[in-house]
Amino acid sequence: MLSRVAESIYWMNRYIERAENIARFIEVNLNLLLDAPEGLDQQWEPIIATTGDREWFAEHYGEATEENVMYFLSFDKKYRSSILSCVTSARENARSIREIISSEMWEELNTFYFMVKDAAARGTEVDWATFFAEVKQASHLFDGLTHATMSHNEAWNFGRLGRYIERADKITRILDVKYFLLLPSPGYVGSALDELQWTALLRSASAYEMYRKSHRQHRLDPQAIAGFLLLDRQFPRSAYFCIQEAERSLYDIMGNTVGAWTNPAERNFSKLRTDLNYVVIEEVIEDGLHEFLARLQQRIDQLDDLIFATFFELEAAA
Amino acid sequence: MKLSSYDPGEFYDELFLAPGKPRPEAVALFDQINSLSAADLDQRQAAAQAMLFKLGVTFNVYSDDQGTERVFPFDIIPRIIAASEWEYLERGLKQRIQALNLFLSDIYGEQKILKDNVIPAELIFSASGFLKPCIGMKPPKDIWCHITGTDVVRDDQGDWYVLEDNLRCPSGVSYVLENRRVMKATFPKIFQKASIQPIEKYCSRLLETLLNIAPEHLPDPTVAVLTPGMYNSAYFEHAFLAQQMGVELVEGRDLVVADGYLQMRTTKGLKRVDVLYRRMDDDFIDPTVFREDSRLGIPGIVDVYREGRLGLANALGTGVADDKVIYSFVPAMIRYYLDEEPILSNVPTYLCWEPKQQEHVLANLDKLVVKAANESGGYGMLVGPHATPEERADFAERIKASPRNYIAQPTLNLSRAPTMMDGECEGCHVDLRPYILYGEEIFVNPGGLTRVALRRGSLVVNSSQGGGSKDTWVLSN
Repeated sequence: MLSRVAESIYWMNRYIERAENIARFIEVNLNLLLDAPEGLDQQWEPIIATTGDREWFAEHYGEATEENVMYFLSFDKKYRSSILSCVTSARENARSIREIISSEMWEELNTFYFMVKDAAARGTEVDWATFFAEVKQASHLFDGLTHATMSHNEAWNFGRLGRYIERADKITRILDVKYFLLLPSPGYVGSALDELQWTALLRSASAYEMYRKSHRQHRLDPQAIAGFLLLDRQFPRSAYFCIQEAERSLYDIMGNTVGAWTNPAERNFSKLRTDLNYVVIEEVIEDGLHEFLARLQQRIDQLDDLIFATFFELEAAA
Repeated sequence: MKLSSYDPGEFYDELFLAPGKPRPEAVALFDQINSLSAADLDQRQAAAQAMLFKLGVTFNVYSDDQGTERVFPFDIIPRIIAASEWEYLERGLKQRIQALNLFLSDIYGEQKILKDNVIPAELIFSASGFLKPCIGMKPPKDIWCHITGTDVVRDDQGDWYVLEDNLRCPSGVSYVLENRRVMKATFPKIFQKASIQPIEKYCSRLLETLLNIAPEHLPDPTVAVLTPGMYNSAYFEHAFLAQQMGVELVEGRDLVVADGYLQMRTTKGLKRVDVLYRRMDDDFIDPTVFREDSRLGIPGIVDVYREGRLGLANALGTGVADDKVIYSFVPAMIRYYLDEEPILSNVPTYLCWEPKQQEHVLANLDKLVVKAANESGGYGMLVGPHATPEERADFAERIKASPRNYIAQPTLNLSRAPTMMDGECEGCHVDLRPYILYGEEIFVNPGGLTRVALRRGSLVVNSSQGGGSKDTWVLSN
């Protein structure tokens, strides 16, 4: 398929996944605040940190308050990763590849876009809870339609690649921020607040119920939770699962068997997936979770670069 | 109830003979619509519009701060063409396209028509659509105009006239197909009762037309649609056609000439393209041959084409026939090449290039429509009777400054069709653009795009000038 088209479908999916994750971050924080003990400062700063665009925010908004963080992440047109910007970019990408995706996908994305645009027009008057639920729902609907109405061909695999890379990246960010910023001092560990926060973390990944079911202790243990979100083999939002699925799509694009790599993108993907396969959470914590996550993010960025160089870069093919 | 009080006035009406008296072919529709309440009709109109919006059936408007996309306004009362009328139109259009194709072949070949003084050579050489680099080119099977959208209108007597031919990149056929889809969803019952010729074959016929010009002996030729990009006003249509045909939609930046072939950049390296349905004007297609500043085109593509390694639809150079001065010679072409009388008439046309005719035009600016020879989309046009004295004076100056570039025609009292306007049924002027494919044979898709002038009293139907569209039903015998 055309390189330009492959890139557009990859980014269309990344943007939709990104919009969904932002909705998740905010939603969970809102719930968390409702449950927080009185006297505790509202924590909106950590959410900004998950974006990786703290400086941009500080420059344009100053202090992080509930109102400005929600507006910034949801509706700020100038901020390239707000929900509105993501959905707009996804739709722009979709517009350029309409002949590749199914009409159902296009219609759903179009509806999604107008839903967000209308909400943005209401600004802070919007019913936030409904809005975030709708964003998540729309993202899932799009994913489902993609699965059910589009041939599982090369284009589909590029979309999946984008979706899972974005999700893996967001999982590392959310873990990173919660781990460091929500637990300012060791005194909180094991407290009621601590439990609330780990619950919130799990919920932001829609992982709470699955964690409870999967983990042998069923207890909310920070280390086990981190392990679940990073390394679980079956949970569709764990970093390992995302990398594994992205890897599978990448090999399917080339028609290669997983492991029989033919280009640097495939090689690095398999390397990363294999490393994650043999890591245990105890090791990660011992070496430092933050350091581990930072390295993981870097490697995901590298994979993105390699995908670009291998498939999208027009100069390379000319 | 709405249609029964509709008054066609003194105009030729497409659906009515007199108030409350529909034409025979419109009786069934009339009965059905009359059985609906006003609120029901309004609601269906709104639903149809909402569906088009949801489908994203839009066109782009340059420098419009409302956003770049708009839905082409759609009216749910269809225009109906009786089978016999259509049969006549179809014959006329086929004849016309056949002559135009022979003309293109001749003008870039032997130029017999110039030698025989049927058309003044000077007019051809000064036409901006006449491309010198195309002289001597031989498109596959000698077909030049594979896809044509010819605009026809009816006057106050109901007689058909050809208004212009569009041989470069005529657009609108996607609206025809999508309007029909919406119409079927909006009025399933009415639809079942009328015997309407289906139009859905268009995309298959288009693909056949394109495959017909692929270089020979290829087992599985690759066809692609070339678009200038998603900001082009007809981008929706480019994507739609590519999708419906199941072929690649490419931009100039996706293409490169390598090893003597046109190739596209894919995730697995370069891949040959054998037929290109280009939706880009000649001028932009190859910066090494035409406009050097074009960043949309593909350097070297003309060489590939010249060597027969690529089929191009439409062929390069067809724009010469879109020139409104050349248009006035089409009846002469039909007589010259086919030795037949034209079935469809042209609108009488004055060429400002001729001193006597120019004199007449200047003296009658308040009665004529003046058009620039090379503009489209309703631009560069003066509707004399509706213009101010200043506008007329301005056009008089323009005509005197470049007489070759202007033609004038009498203001036709275009036919009208009942149209929903603010919940009322009103007569609005319409035209019709049928789509003609020239492949192994000439095929006219039954119907075409009926455009409606939605500004009260306006004669201008272009989408860029606030026009809308209607579904066009050609009845079967």
